[in-house]
Amino acid sequence: MAVTKADLADALFNQLGLNKREAKEFVELFFEKIRHSLENGQAVKLSGFGNFGLREKRSRPGRNPKTGEEIPISERRVVTFRASQKLKQRVEENSTLLKQKYTQEERVEANVGSG
Amino acid sequence: MTKSDLIDALAAQQPQLVFRDVELAVKELLEQMADALATGDRIEVRGFGSFSLHHRPSRVGRNPKTGDAVNVPDKYVPHFKPGKELRERVDNAARRERENNTG
Repeated sequence: MAVTKADLADALFNQLGLNKREAKEFVELFFEKIRHSLENGQAVKLSGFGNFGLREKRSRPGRNPKTGEEIPISERRVVTFRASQKLKQRVEENSTLLKQKYTQEERVEANVGSG
Repeated sequence: MTKSDLIDALAAQQPQLVFRDVELAVKELLEQMADALATGDRIEVRGFGSFSLHHRPSRVGRNPKTGDAVNVPDKYVPHFKPGKELRERVDNAARRERENNTG
């Protein structure tokens, strides 16, 4: 199950009482502000969640994995994300549960696939 | 840009919301996202990117003080993959900067 913008807007509606249109617009604007900052070359630091940073990658030789043909990969700027210590810890503490959850999901998918 | 800069920018653009609501809304969104990852759900935001968990297998680590071998159990770590729009906007801006510097 994946969380989407619609789920996030629902949370603003349910938890904070924003109306549906406001909530949807707020979620949209939230991600747009982060994109805009990164586009302007500015990292975004959200304490307790993580940091979005930027990295310059030099051009390097690449290859089309299908044909094996050599094509250069041009220099580029890319977005990186580093989860905060707090978020990493929350995920790590749940690792045992997560492992069970993922194993169950795999089983369900396997059953659906064979059925 | 920090969390409080983000709150200020959103408040400036959402004058119909009182500042306190903008603050709470930003915190709520981050809390929902952290919660999703902590319970093993992916987050998919079109045009921005997706957050998921990557598995790190167990390994033998070292206590840096004593040099003793310690078993580090396997775990999950948060991972972010930028979406197409974010990737392109960031890279196009970088390209424009390079052209301005050389031009």
